[in-house]
Amino acid sequence: MTEFWIRFARNRGAVVGLVILVLVAAMAVLAPVLFPRSPWDMAGAPFMPPGEMGMLLGSDSLGRDVAAGIAHGARISLMVGAVSTVASLGIGVSLGAIAGYAGGWVDDALMRFTEFFQTIPSFILAVLLVAIFSPSITSIVGAIAIVSWPPVARVVRAEFLSLRGREFVQAAECLGKSRLAIIIGDILPNALSPIVVLASLMVASAILLESALSFLGLGDPNLMTWGFLIGSGRSVIRLAWWMSVFPGVAIFLTVLALNLVGEGLSDALNPRLARGRA
Amino acid sequence: MGVSRRGFTAASAAGGVLAASGLMRVSDAIAQGITPRRGGTLTTMLTPEPPILQIGVNNQGPTLIAASKIFQGLVKFSPTLEPLPELAQSWTISPDGKVYTFKLQPNVKFHDGTPMTADDVVFSVTKFHFELAPRARAIFSMIESAAAPDPHTVVFTLKQAFEPFLLMFDVTACAIVSKAAFDGRDYRQAPSVQHPIGTGPFRFAEWQRGNFIRLERFADYWKPNQPYLDAIIFRIVPDSQSRRLAMETGQTVLAHSNDIEPFDVPTLQAIPNLAVETKGWEYFSPLAWMEINHRAAPLNDVRVRRAISQAIDRSFITQRLWFGINKPATSPVASTTRFHDPAVKLPPYDPRAAMQLLDAAGLRPNAQGVRASIKHLVLPYGEVWARLGEYLRQSMRAVGIDLVLEATDAGSWARRIGAWEYETSINFVYQFGDPTLGVERTYVSSNIQKVTFTNTGGYANPKVDELFATARTSAAPAARAAAFSEVQKLLVDDVAQVWLMEMSFPTIYDRKLHNVITGGTGVNASFDDMFLAS
Repeated sequence: MTEFWIRFARNRGAVVGLVILVLVAAMAVLAPVLFPRSPWDMAGAPFMPPGEMGMLLGSDSLGRDVAAGIAHGARISLMVGAVSTVASLGIGVSLGAIAGYAGGWVDDALMRFTEFFQTIPSFILAVLLVAIFSPSITSIVGAIAIVSWPPVARVVRAEFLSLRGREFVQAAECLGKSRLAIIIGDILPNALSPIVVLASLMVASAILLESALSFLGLGDPNLMTWGFLIGSGRSVIRLAWWMSVFPGVAIFLTVLALNLVGEGLSDALNPRLARGRA
Repeated sequence: MGVSRRGFTAASAAGGVLAASGLMRVSDAIAQGITPRRGGTLTTMLTPEPPILQIGVNNQGPTLIAASKIFQGLVKFSPTLEPLPELAQSWTISPDGKVYTFKLQPNVKFHDGTPMTADDVVFSVTKFHFELAPRARAIFSMIESAAAPDPHTVVFTLKQAFEPFLLMFDVTACAIVSKAAFDGRDYRQAPSVQHPIGTGPFRFAEWQRGNFIRLERFADYWKPNQPYLDAIIFRIVPDSQSRRLAMETGQTVLAHSNDIEPFDVPTLQAIPNLAVETKGWEYFSPLAWMEINHRAAPLNDVRVRRAISQAIDRSFITQRLWFGINKPATSPVASTTRFHDPAVKLPPYDPRAAMQLLDAAGLRPNAQGVRASIKHLVLPYGEVWARLGEYLRQSMRAVGIDLVLEATDAGSWARRIGAWEYETSINFVYQFGDPTLGVERTYVSSNIQKVTFTNTGGYANPKVDELFATARTSAAPAARAAAFSEVQKLLVDDVAQVWLMEMSFPTIYDRKLHNVITGGTGVNASFDDMFLAS
């Protein structure tokens, strides 16, 4: 484990990313303490520039505190990122594992099904799904999960295909272990490193997707999110630039941090690749 | 209600309430006595692009704005909704209110050169609009007989007195069309639908779909030496920010209706050569309210409805979300509609009183401070309306009502309102100058229908039904006024709907353009007196 951290820490960017991520997560956790009032409450006069009336990042068109919106929005954005990633990992890993382990026509069928999803532009499919099921947090998480699982399935399948013929798998088969036990107990742990790296990047893209949906007005109208903040500030950007700039910075930093961490994880989990790059 | 630039920016900067002071006169041009100048092209916009320019076949806002230069009505309306002569030179109404006799202007020609006569008027009223437009049919079915005793006289005899009858003769409600062009044909398929022929000061010249519509001066127009402009070009600009830029750079000199978003108005107001006017919607007077479904508990309790009404700060909504373009509502009848009773007042903004009313209604706060949970279908007409939903949610939360917002699209909104599948929403309708024409439909129990823009809320009060019926059939304006005053008081007492604001739309124009807004229909006027100063 320490070796893992040493390898991770060798990538300076990854450490910076991790620090940012921890700060964002801390902000999300502490939001109710830092800003005890609802982020939707009018805290002061509308269109106050940053620093006025005790509002660090200014106020929006209804006098809502932008800083409170960002802090509370972090909860939703991170939650959407995490939950939808877990959901799409669930779909992607199981389909990829079955396809890779079973091979043959099962593999063919599952891969054609995956390709079907890969050929549809993912953002447009997400917009369509949310519009059909009416915008709510469940439909948004569901839509993001549905459009982001295909790459997971392909990566997992590839790992399973290469691991499937290894001696330790054959040994497990000879011992009479059930297929499920082999998939979960033997192959999956060895396929985990690319999945972990992929997952960290998927959290980032899920946050971006959710923000884009909210920006287009397809967010859950009862939840404060970063995309909503930018979307509502876009039209008055000439009157109140702070309304869209600060939430934009929040998204930028979080997504950047996740990407850096993803790269660090990749280095830490694949030491040979990392050394090759260095 | 043009708000002066300095007053506006100072007030917004201070974050104070935008004062209604510093209003400008309707048309400074007339006051300054500038002589009209012949020539020049008016370049304006049209949003969204209309499907067709034949009034009757299509009566949507953009169609009316462009086609009202091509067609004319018998009368037009002043800002106070007095009828003024247009194609009718004069008119008389019999003492029993049943016989309307119009004297037409002589020498009026259609754009194809044929003269306009009483036959065209009778055809337009009793056939063309009667068959095409539901609103016209509802009113014109009261006509017992229509006669043309001579080419310049038209006599309509009604089955019963109907005092607001004249309001139906504006160009936006009943444009006079050429009988020869339509009679005996399928009105929707006639050749002149694609190439409209009217009597207006401008005739249809060219339409490049998705690009522009060009109208040119009609040389044989019946008013001598008019119109002053050579041509009008309506540019189709689908993006609101491009429209704002077009106004900023002077590529267009007139923006109206929904062209400019409310939040862009302050930016344009700050440009010295542009004027902003919110008058010119008196004939339509759209009134917006929070639509209440009376079937859904606890909204069936008048105390709850009054509490909702008292929890809303209407001046915040009109100043902060609509930048002073709209005004707080004071009654179910807009102040610019006839028979508005200024003595009627909505209960004042008072969250404390609202909470007492909710207590009295038995809605006590639970551990989270929530007394009741009510759903709210957000009006999907763009982001200002989304902000309104958010504002209402916070206002309701302040008195302990949890307003849960539901997002939807325009089609689903109309369907759900029509099917009564909502608890609360936002709605606004045109009042068409008279409560009988545009207010009655929302409150009478006979109009509780599963159709959008009827009494979808399900409000029913026999006394209100009776008063609206009296006002509808009464010939004497005084008797109607009394009935409408009573109705307004009753509706406010019952909180039949939670009225929010009287709506208007900004008309923004270059100051060298004169006589832009002169009547109660604003940019739906013929523009025959508009001119560009050099």
